[in-house]
Amino acid sequence: MLFPFLIIACLTLASAAVAMMLRNLIHSALLLVLSWAGIAAFYLWAGAEFIAFAQILVYVGAISMVVLFAVLLTRPSRDVDLPLPAPTVLRIASGLMAAAMVASVLLTAVLATRITGGRSHAPNLTVKDLGALLAGPHAASLLVVGVILTVALLGAIIIAAPAPAERPEDQP
Amino acid sequence: MLGTGLIKGLAVTAKNLVGSYHDPARYTTVEYPEVKPPLPEAYRNFPFLVSESADDPMGTLRCVACQICEKECPPQCIYIEKSKDKKPDAAGKLQIYPTVFAIDTSVCMSCQICVEVCPFDSIKMDQVYEVATPGRYGDLLLNREQLAKSNAYYHQIRPTEAAEVDGRLAAERKAAEEKAKAAAAAKAALPPKPAAPSPAAKLPDESRRSPQGEGGAAKPPAEGAQP
Amino acid sequence: MSAALPLSAASGANALLERLPVVLRDGLLGYLPESLRWIVSGLITIAALLAVFGLLFAYLTLAERKLLGRIQNRPGPNRTGWFGLLQPFADAVKALTKEDIVPREADAVLHYLAPVVLVALSLMGFAVLPFGRLLVPVELDSAVLYFFAAGAATELAVFMAGWASRNKYSLLAAMRALAQLISYELPLLLSFVPVIMLAGTLSTTEIVTAQGGWTLGFLPHWHVLTPWGFAGFVIFMIAALAESNRSPFDLPEAESELIAGHLTEYSGFKYALFFMAEYFGMCALSGMAVTLFLGGWQAPCAFLEFIPSYAWFGAKLLALLFGFIWIRATLPRLRMDQLTRLAWKFLVPLALINLGTAAFWFLTAGWSGPLQLVRWAVAVALVVVPFLLLGRRLTAGVAPRTYRYAT
Repeated sequence: MLFPFLIIACLTLASAAVAMMLRNLIHSALLLVLSWAGIAAFYLWAGAEFIAFAQILVYVGAISMVVLFAVLLTRPSRDVDLPLPAPTVLRIASGLMAAAMVASVLLTAVLATRITGGRSHAPNLTVKDLGALLAGPHAASLLVVGVILTVALLGAIIIAAPAPAERPEDQP
Repeated sequence: MLGTGLIKGLAVTAKNLVGSYHDPARYTTVEYPEVKPPLPEAYRNFPFLVSESADDPMGTLRCVACQICEKECPPQCIYIEKSKDKKPDAAGKLQIYPTVFAIDTSVCMSCQICVEVCPFDSIKMDQVYEVATPGRYGDLLLNREQLAKSNAYYHQIRPTEAAEVDGRLAAERKAAEEKAKAAAAAKAALPPKPAAPSPAAKLPDESRRSPQGEGGAAKPPAEGAQP
Repeated sequence: MSAALPLSAASGANALLERLPVVLRDGLLGYLPESLRWIVSGLITIAALLAVFGLLFAYLTLAERKLLGRIQNRPGPNRTGWFGLLQPFADAVKALTKEDIVPREADAVLHYLAPVVLVALSLMGFAVLPFGRLLVPVELDSAVLYFFAAGAATELAVFMAGWASRNKYSLLAAMRALAQLISYELPLLLSFVPVIMLAGTLSTTEIVTAQGGWTLGFLPHWHVLTPWGFAGFVIFMIAALAESNRSPFDLPEAESELIAGHLTEYSGFKYALFFMAEYFGMCALSGMAVTLFLGGWQAPCAFLEFIPSYAWFGAKLLALLFGFIWIRATLPRLRMDQLTRLAWKFLVPLALINLGTAAFWFLTAGWSGPLQLVRWAVAVALVVVPFLLLGRRLTAGVAPRTYRYAT
């Protein structure tokens, strides 16, 4: 039971680490996708099927596309790696600060978790139970998320809507 | 309404799909190497030499090696050598004949100018199209023997035009015969002379050949009248 | 393949045919020691899937070429074997013996990985399709989610292929693949949410079971025969065309504009793998459509139940695949902006409204008698009216193009 976990953990961490170090952004993005898939595999190992597939659907299927799209649209050339700027005190300081912030968030989360000793079996949750939980006790948070997403979508539509005059020459 | 166009389009393709199994109009492909599509009569590709008889193509070539085609040919793909002696042609007249008549089909552009300038109707456009050969140079250079094809073949590929040509030749021949007869009559009125053997030797030759030409001329109009 | 479901009494007569694949597998497993059985059982399932769908792929290419040919007034491949039946194998030999060219500038690792990843991902979808009453490779609680998770990742492989080739056409294809995914993924996912709402489960077997039974013995309870199910099915199939990169949404390939898009720099067997993945994806999506909307392996009429369930699944699958080919033969390719507009301005709103229709249908399940008619009328109106309004909006100002100078 431990062996698959070790493999998954090593793969996830290694791909994440390599993704950070590579200078080729596309390679980094693809490795990031691999580490997301590793996290999904971890969920699967832990018996949380639904979360695992949702992770793949959302991260591997959708977010990775957005990341790659952004990289393709913003990179001036994929052949030339941008030169590393010389490290200045400001750069080092801001880097350290960002790292410290992320680490503190993670540490707080880890330390706040009560790790019960002994072997606990995974809760036998079906999708239906998850749905009932979401629509029952957690309905308020679901609604808030829904409203935020709707607002975001509306904003996107308003930004993307063309002025009536400049419609494309022929519509489908 | 949105979608009606899609359905119309799908109906068109469905009709074609089903129709291709029972309606020949919707299945127009001809499977070429096995089935050859009928060529239109006006289709032309590479010239050939017309001979009167299929049995003796070299002896009955209409060509008299006048070399007009050789001179007119724009890409200059025709090469002719004249004979030293003379042979009687279809009309019975003694004519020079080509000892060498070669067309380089790798150069020929099927422009039909040779056909148009020929005063003897001896070169016509062929309808061959499977002309691939293993040899790049020699095999594409067609000689007299390869170029000669019978008048019957000409009738086969281009019936209307061949009938017209035959009619014209027959009329010319008749006129020539009448002229010869008139001349003979005029000569007969005159005292006999020793030059008689040579026309006499020629006449059987002509009688052997001319029925063929006239037969060929008489048939196609009848065939053409039927459909 | 788990034999979890008991056979109903009606199918007692065909029990042997129905059980035949399972019986065969169990017979084979009987010769093996207990410790090996689980892995061999899995391997047999994989081998059977690969064999069946590999052959289906081979003959689907032939059928597609034949049908396209017939539609275009020509016979299609008919030289290799009787009626061209050996053509797929000739193609395979050709693909295998061709030189595998990798461009010098290409990203060799990604260039190599892309077709492998694509085929692997497109094969994964088959794992959760219920091919028959007893033929479900893997029973998953969230099978539908798994299926679409695997499907969504395929576009990543297309991107890898396009980017790694270092070719402008391939890169454009990669961009198009991403843009296309962003457009159609939402309607695809939204279109089957009603099915999950009404069936109350994400498990494919349970969704099929929920569609069992007949009214009056010949009207099946398939989802496609309800107003919301029909709308969902149509939206699903349109999005599935885009997901499997088939005409009229074959924008990444787009032979006429992008040479062959992401396939430009591929040759030999890798090229064949891309094709294999395309057809596998097409089969898997059709299988999912059959499962979600067309009643899966259920027979259309009660008296036709003597035919084994997997035959029904196969028949429905083939019918949908024929639809794919028929559409390819008919419709011209859309432009990128047209696809995006179609997806976001037409399919997404329709799919969202369809959720409401399904909710209405769910809430009025108890209506009977004349109320049943009202239920149908309201549901049909909820489908048709938005379709007409949105369709009018989408096609506003569109008329056959007029040319000012050409005649």
